[in-house]
Amino acid sequence: MSDRIQAITMPKWGMTMTEGKLAGWLAGEGADIAAGQEIMEVETEKITNVVESQAPGRLRKIVVSEGATAPVGALLAVLAAEDVSDSDVEAFIASYADRAGSAAADADDAPKARIVQAGAHRFKVLSLGSGGVPAVLIHGFGGDGGTWLFNQDTLAQNRLVHVIDLPAHGDSEPTVPSGKVADIAGAVLELFAALDIEKAHLIGHSLGGAVALAIAQASPQRVQSLSLIAPAGIGSEISALYIDGFLAAERRKPMKEVLSLLFADPQGMNAEMVENVLRFKRLDGVPEALAAIVSHLMADGKQVIDLRAVLDGKIPALVIWGEADQIIPANQSDGLPAGIDVARLAGAGHMPMMEEAAQVNRLVTAHLGKAEG
Amino acid sequence: MAQKSFRQALNEALHHEMRRDPNVIVLGEDVAGGSGASGQKDAWGGAFGVTKGLLGAFGPARVRDTPITESAFVGAAAGAAMTGLRPVAEIMFVDFLGVCFDQIFNQAAKFRYMFGGKAVTPLVIRATYGAGTRSASQHSQALYPIFTHVPGLKVVIPSSPYDAKGLLIQAIRDNDPVIFLENKVLYDTVGEVPDGAYTVPFGEAHIVREGGDATIVALGRMVHFAREAAEILAAEGIDCTVLDPRTTSPLDEDTLLEMAEETGRVVIVDEANPRCGMAADISSIIAEKAFGALKAPIMKVTAPHTPVPYAPNLEAAYIPDAKRIADAVRKAVAFKRS
Repeated sequence: MSDRIQAITMPKWGMTMTEGKLAGWLAGEGADIAAGQEIMEVETEKITNVVESQAPGRLRKIVVSEGATAPVGALLAVLAAEDVSDSDVEAFIASYADRAGSAAADADDAPKARIVQAGAHRFKVLSLGSGGVPAVLIHGFGGDGGTWLFNQDTLAQNRLVHVIDLPAHGDSEPTVPSGKVADIAGAVLELFAALDIEKAHLIGHSLGGAVALAIAQASPQRVQSLSLIAPAGIGSEISALYIDGFLAAERRKPMKEVLSLLFADPQGMNAEMVENVLRFKRLDGVPEALAAIVSHLMADGKQVIDLRAVLDGKIPALVIWGEADQIIPANQSDGLPAGIDVARLAGAGHMPMMEEAAQVNRLVTAHLGKAEG
Repeated sequence: MAQKSFRQALNEALHHEMRRDPNVIVLGEDVAGGSGASGQKDAWGGAFGVTKGLLGAFGPARVRDTPITESAFVGAAAGAAMTGLRPVAEIMFVDFLGVCFDQIFNQAAKFRYMFGGKAVTPLVIRATYGAGTRSASQHSQALYPIFTHVPGLKVVIPSSPYDAKGLLIQAIRDNDPVIFLENKVLYDTVGEVPDGAYTVPFGEAHIVREGGDATIVALGRMVHFAREAAEILAAEGIDCTVLDPRTTSPLDEDTLLEMAEETGRVVIVDEANPRCGMAADISSIIAEKAFGALKAPIMKVTAPHTPVPYAPNLEAAYIPDAKRIADAVRKAVAFKRS
């Protein structure tokens, strides 16, 4: 098929997504679309987000109208150059319809998360893609692999990408009783051995950023590059309102208030997101494990782990921060040594990889490419 | 996460708590099975198979078959709870609790109050409820409003395998008597359930689905019909919130009122009979405390004021369904003040 015609398809956000609802078109038929332009809004049971066009072109035909639901991978619209004939566009759509049946079959073949035994630890790992230097995505405090819903697929287009649940998070067991970042980093290094990872790109968010830094400190030879998103461990300020509130919240309303601090625009949150965090916190052993982590992370409302010196320019590093971050302020990215790339995103709070997913994906993809030289 | 049945979720909850706390015991008719006969032990696991495997894991001292005398073993369980044990008594059908009203209403529910807070009663009474299995009028009632009425009792009605496990663990760890009601049609329904132990707190409603046009409040099996109705209505452009209170006592009034205020239209689905039922109770709370937000009368979809019929066609007509719920929502949405 000519690359003068591009398919806009239903994205797949996370392993459980099988279909999505086209909540709104942000451009009409006939509009000229730039690469990276927001083109539509997609809603799933779990989350709503805008989708950006990967390629430039004229929006020639909308196949799925607003309000309709379509399976993952289904053709939603067609982009094509001006001089592509209508009949070629129609033929493209027809050829897609022929492939529609195979998308359903793919759903069963979708990669499944597995539990990987690594020494004393049992990690949940979801691996996508193949080849290249592998990347390991490490979520933040109280989160899980679902953090990378909008990122793993894209990053896995040209390499193997492992999304892990840290011990005592998601579906990984609480095997690091101390809660120390260095011990969590040690556990992740044991996972490297179990997954046969010589060297990896580490992409860490918040606490996961501190874990990535601690791995780089302990075993720099195992780290190809660092991508740190609103990382802990490089400054002192952190929102005690958030951390203490997260530990204390046992019900929907207080938890919703706490979680809304994560986002520049909390409208994107839904009840299911709050419910899932509560479900995690209600597991036996989790509150104790979270409290242990916090006891080593903070004292008197300030961060006590200082890994800033790890960012000395020897390991290629990218730091991404949302300007509207209410958990760890973006100005902690000021004054880093030359050679550390810093990107501050205006529209994002503490969760840029969700709030500005396409930008983060572009930045990280470029960084990984550069770091492999 | 693993997919498990409602029955398996309850069984896991019992295993977790019996392992965690040696004071937890299980008693009831055939909860072990084979007692007093030459038959195989642990043959049954209760009339609905929920306690299967407990006898082998925890032995006959903690998994006790009882005679067919609900009044005796519910009374024994209430007394045992006061001594420090945490009994889980299984009653085949909630309909049979009628013979234990004194033990439940006058004894278990009152101990904490009559002994000045010095006695606690960590008792769980599990029973099935609900129509739809051709079990006729003495084995099909939804009697939760009766227990909800009595102060000192907590009343739990799970709708999903996830909630069933977390609410049962919470019930066993709770220091008050809990009436835990399982809709027998739900035992083979399947959903995501974590392998580990976890709790679901009492008095917190679950927002099953969010939509701005109307709130459908439903309990137990009715939650599934409410979801079905919401799907039908979504295709018509009517977006519904589905709210599952999960426990009728305590009742999450805050979330009920919040959703009533957000949507302005409320439809309450109740498998119980209409007089003095949960639909009547919840609608009175909303009418009293959120009247100003209402855009339409509160609609109730309930069983009729009759015993559950045995004839299959009549029994089907007796139970609220998605069509009746969707009709009630459409009526609320179409309502105009004259």
